Amino acid sequence: MNNTQVNTSEQSTQQGHYVSKEQQLQALSKRLARQHWQDVVFRNSTLFFALLVLALLSGIIFSLASKSIPIFQQFGLGFLTSSAWNPVTLEFGAATAIYGTLVTSLIALLVGIPISFGIAVFLTELSPVWLKRPLGTAIELLAGIPSIIYGMWGLFVFAPLFAEYAQPLMTKYLGPIPVIGQLFQGAAMGFGVLTAGIILAVMIIPFIASVMRDVFEVVPPVLKESAYGLGATTWEVVRNIVLPYTKAGVVGGIMLGLGRALGETMAVTFVIGNTPKISASLFAPGTSIAATLANEFAEARDELHVSALMALGLVLFLITFVVLAFAKLMLSRLSKQEGSKT
Amino acid sequence: MNALYGRRLLINRVALLSAMSAMAFGLIFLLWILVVLVSKGISGLNLAVFTQMTPAPGSEGGLLNAIYGSLIMVGVATFVATPIGIMAGIYLAEYGKRGWVGPTTRFVNDILLSAPSIILGLFVYAVIVANANHFSGWAGSVALALIAIPVVVRTTESMLNLVPSTLREAAAALGAPQWKVILIVALRAVKGGVITGVMLAVARISGETAPLLFTALNNQFWSADMNAPMANLPVAIFQFALSPFENWVNLAWVGAMLITFSVLALNILARAFFDPRQKN
Repeated sequence: MNNTQVNTSEQSTQQGHYVSKEQQLQALSKRLARQHWQDVVFRNSTLFFALLVLALLSGIIFSLASKSIPIFQQFGLGFLTSSAWNPVTLEFGAATAIYGTLVTSLIALLVGIPISFGIAVFLTELSPVWLKRPLGTAIELLAGIPSIIYGMWGLFVFAPLFAEYAQPLMTKYLGPIPVIGQLFQGAAMGFGVLTAGIILAVMIIPFIASVMRDVFEVVPPVLKESAYGLGATTWEVVRNIVLPYTKAGVVGGIMLGLGRALGETMAVTFVIGNTPKISASLFAPGTSIAATLANEFAEARDELHVSALMALGLVLFLITFVVLAFAKLMLSRLSKQEGSKT
Repeated sequence: MNALYGRRLLINRVALLSAMSAMAFGLIFLLWILVVLVSKGISGLNLAVFTQMTPAPGSEGGLLNAIYGSLIMVGVATFVATPIGIMAGIYLAEYGKRGWVGPTTRFVNDILLSAPSIILGLFVYAVIVANANHFSGWAGSVALALIAIPVVVRTTESMLNLVPSTLREAAAALGAPQWKVILIVALRAVKGGVITGVMLAVARISGETAPLLFTALNNQFWSADMNAPMANLPVAIFQFALSPFENWVNLAWVGAMLITFSVLALNILARAFFDPRQKN
């Protein structure tokens, strides 16, 4: 056994003699050069694809902006404040759609934030350990349901029930209150701005809740345990230790949810009523930017109409961009804090 | 003294009870939606759904062309988005720690991750459909790919960040060039996580309706031509659900059930494959 091994190694050294030292070195440096060249190619191709992502963003802004030039030439900045929208007479104003987008998102936040907060508190502080994962997954599955399903469910199941049971109660008990009372007046049709807001709330709850849960989990256990040691109740720990510590992350999560709500299309299109009108009542039908796009874009023939819709898209993109950038800033602030304190 | 304790205890009870009801609220909605889908969809589910084309008004039919169109477009989108997303993710994780390209791309990618999908539809319309002057399956695939790319970039990057640098150093010390260190050592170590990311991206784009409305449009007939308007499940559901014909609405519920359960199954499967939270 040993002999044969020695033999082969001798053979290889003998063969090695046929190649001179210089040739070996040359082969090695050739190989290194080739590897270096491969590295450069690989590095630059990954760079290329990263830049492609950057180009995508600038491409979106540029193409939407260039397509919306005609509408701003025609109506100027008045396009953003006018509430006239009539494709037949070619009158276009973005105010109704912008109003609908903002109001539905606001309702979604008002309804969604407390519930998401409750879910996050339950998952981090109350839930038995063995239930944490299945319940967390269930909430994340709620986020996985396609938005068109929420739309169908909202139109066929939720809206009729809402009109029959909830809306009359709201008119009866909230209606007489001065100022906010008029928000709850009008015919109980089931669909409308309020319904859209509530369905949006259900859709964004999983997003906000899972961000909140994740940031609640970064609170150092020592902090919480010291508070418990001083006799604080669970709620006091959440209120005075967890929340202050994770403030930035919680705001970031809420902004992330807001970003989703602003751009949500299908669910809103089904239930908002698609009427370009601003009404005092939340029961009245309205429209949002995304719903207008979904309804009218494929049928838009006139160049001015297309341009108006592109401009709406641009407005929507810029609003969500600002909101999401703010969310990102808040979340990164929290992770920096985490680095310095733990 | 006792009054103070009592009040604190009461506040605590109320708060915790509300947290529990919030949790119940979330679960009830999930169950409610799933139950509605099954109860409305199961009655219409039969072989015709998978063997016949989408019907003309008033007549019977299935969803075959829509299912086929959806599969093709999601397939093409995944095929395009996966390599692009993985490469960009590699750049962010391995090279993009310094300089301006890395941080800027990471920021932009996070924005695109949550950007309204209908905007991507508008963009693809402006770039492809408006220039070609017709709706097409290709345009639909591109729109879906643009939605999938940020998801893949994000998971690839965060997965690669989990790879201990000692692993890379060990490979480099053995003389492996950097591209081999990344592709054969680092990426392979987190293969499961990257596959999970791709699966989540597929789940995300399978249900997307908004970006297909004005890219792929819809097609009532069988069409395998990617250069023409292409039927797809989400847009078919949208049209049928809002139609006045009862059998169309029923078909929309069947489609809704099919799409939701496949998306949820993909989600669960992806998590079973690899749970990123566990490794963190």
